[in-house]
Amino acid sequence: MKTRILGLLAAVSLVATLVVGWRLPPTEEQAGYARLIAVHPALAWTAYIAFGVMALGSLLYLLPATRSRKWDRLAGASGEVGVVFTALMLVTGSIWGRPTWGTWWVWDARLTLSALMLALLFGYVALRKVDMDVDRRAIISAVTGVAAVLVVPINHFAVTWWRTLHQGRSAATLAPSSNLDGSYLRAMFLGMVAMMLVYAWLLIHRIRLERLEEENRGADLAVALAERRAEAHDGAVSGAPDGGAVVGS
Amino acid sequence: MAPAIRMHRAVVLLGRFPALAGADLLVEAGEVVHLSGPNGAGKSTLLRACAGLVPVVEGEAEILGHDLRRHPRAARRRVGLLGHATFLYDDLTVEDNVLFALRAAGAGTAAVEAALVRLGLSGRLRGVAAGRLSAGQRRRVALAVLEARRPELWLLDEPHAGIDAAGRDLVDELVLEAAAAGATVVIASHELERAAALTPRMLVVSGGSVTPAASPGTLANTAAAGA
Amino acid sequence: MLRDALLVGAKDLRVEVRSRVALNQVAPFAVLVLVLFAFALDPDRGLLASAAPGLYWIAVTFSALLAIQRSFAVEAADGARDGLRLSGLDPAGIFLGKAAAIAGQLLVLEVLLGVGVVVLYGTELRGGTVLALTCLAATAGLAAAGTLAGVLAAGLRVRETLLPLLLVPVAAPVVLAATKAWEAALDGQSDQGWPWLRLLGAFAAVYVAFGVVAFGPLLEEA
Repeated sequence: MKTRILGLLAAVSLVATLVVGWRLPPTEEQAGYARLIAVHPALAWTAYIAFGVMALGSLLYLLPATRSRKWDRLAGASGEVGVVFTALMLVTGSIWGRPTWGTWWVWDARLTLSALMLALLFGYVALRKVDMDVDRRAIISAVTGVAAVLVVPINHFAVTWWRTLHQGRSAATLAPSSNLDGSYLRAMFLGMVAMMLVYAWLLIHRIRLERLEEENRGADLAVALAERRAEAHDGAVSGAPDGGAVVGS
Repeated sequence: MAPAIRMHRAVVLLGRFPALAGADLLVEAGEVVHLSGPNGAGKSTLLRACAGLVPVVEGEAEILGHDLRRHPRAARRRVGLLGHATFLYDDLTVEDNVLFALRAAGAGTAAVEAALVRLGLSGRLRGVAAGRLSAGQRRRVALAVLEARRPELWLLDEPHAGIDAAGRDLVDELVLEAAAAGATVVIASHELERAAALTPRMLVVSGGSVTPAASPGTLANTAAAGA
Repeated sequence: MLRDALLVGAKDLRVEVRSRVALNQVAPFAVLVLVLFAFALDPDRGLLASAAPGLYWIAVTFSALLAIQRSFAVEAADGARDGLRLSGLDPAGIFLGKAAAIAGQLLVLEVLLGVGVVVLYGTELRGGTVLALTCLAATAGLAAAGTLAGVLAAGLRVRETLLPLLLVPVAAPVVLAATKAWEAALDGQSDQGWPWLRLLGAFAAVYVAFGVVAFGPLLEEA
């Protein structure tokens, strides 16, 4: 029931963000697009947190001392939700970049890193979608999650050097911190709170769904075990011609 | 001395299918045991579980005193499995395959020559790529590895299948020799008479569990179902 | 661990010597990719020569994907992967052995592609030390991350399509850093290549270390 309150809070703050964001005054440079400050930084912030939680859950599952199914569920759920936030961050960034830079995409360091992060998340989620044994999937995706986060610092240096060695253009122009007045800041923080609540709500529900699926599987197992044992009984007692021999898989 | 195999209510899942549904099995060191049972009963899975290739997810399982659920690797160097797959590299020659398998198992290679001769692989076949061998010849290579390695626990899955008459007799000889040298041998086979000549102890695997063949009646049923 | 690595590495190289898959299939493919780039970028305008380092490393990455697929296809045939697990070989040794064998094949391929770039794109090789060290460090990183991705995908129905999706995002900084290091060396400014080389070295160290640790659980429990 607590998640219902969380869901309600998430919905209310999301609507509030949209209303407050929509009513922000346009700026000279960016016109109405400046309103995106209410959602874009918040999406980015949440996307990075989702990636971090995915990596942390993977690491905790991988370490023998802390290995537990719950870390796998946490990592998997955060990875899936993270894909959505990362994709939305790139989309809103592009919409913002179009009037600001004149193109949908620039090879800015931060944009490139975000795109690479989305690719890493795609790989992670694609792996989890493959049909396989739950424990096997857990260990494989834990290794994938940790391997994905290990590359982040290296990516950071590589991409930053790559872009800054050539030109000074950076995403700093996206957030005009110098002339950012109070109403923009407030909208940005409200957006962050809203996105974090939405993230938490989605995460909890995804984890719950996964747990239910696993419990369901456990219940199936009890039935399957009973059926399997019954085969032995049929085969030995009745001696039916097809008794016990029909199980071939 | 620890039993060679001790399983208590062991469950093994293949996907979501319980191939072993709570199997109990006790095999003392030095015993020769014959596993019988219809196709799909769980014989191969039982042997693969004993080799630590498929995880036991519930119940207890010990191989040569090692807990399979905690240390599946510990028992492996002491176990030899002849499975449906022969674990051969198609591009390597017969001799290279045998040498690699022995070195990988940490075993000496001194007995390789004798084993190749014994299994009829010492002539032209020695230098042939494993991918060009017939199924029966591949079984012979896998047997040569076991014979050269002489593990403490032999797990033989249908060792008589797909091999010629002389080869079958050879399999029986190898089993008896291994047993005489103190090794434990578990044979899954539909060849009831052949297996009966090797050992009096037969167990029936059915529906993912193991029962001793108590009466001739059970035996006949198993034979009917297995045919 | 090193004994097992040598054993597995030698076995994989022996399989390659007997089957010649890398030599007869992967290498011609890699050269063909170089030819395709010439179609995409007008050869008369000097674009090819200036883009040569990047094209070279993309060709290497594609070839690495094939070499990794092959390395694990060998183990999948007739339960050989089970054979490896059954043998009791140290998983870290298996990882190092397989990665070393892949790296060895890639290095030979890189020499061949280097000749290809010189002949087809008219590139003049300069800064040999940085070029060679870049090859070593980038190859070690690609082979380590690739072996890890290879065993992750091994045994899954979708392994052929999943492997590139898993490996390419992780290998992206290797392609970038190796390209930049080569550009610097070919421009006669080898000193600017060193930061990139250090980055490649760090990548290789991180993924070799992680592979050594993670291969055990992957082989045992997956």
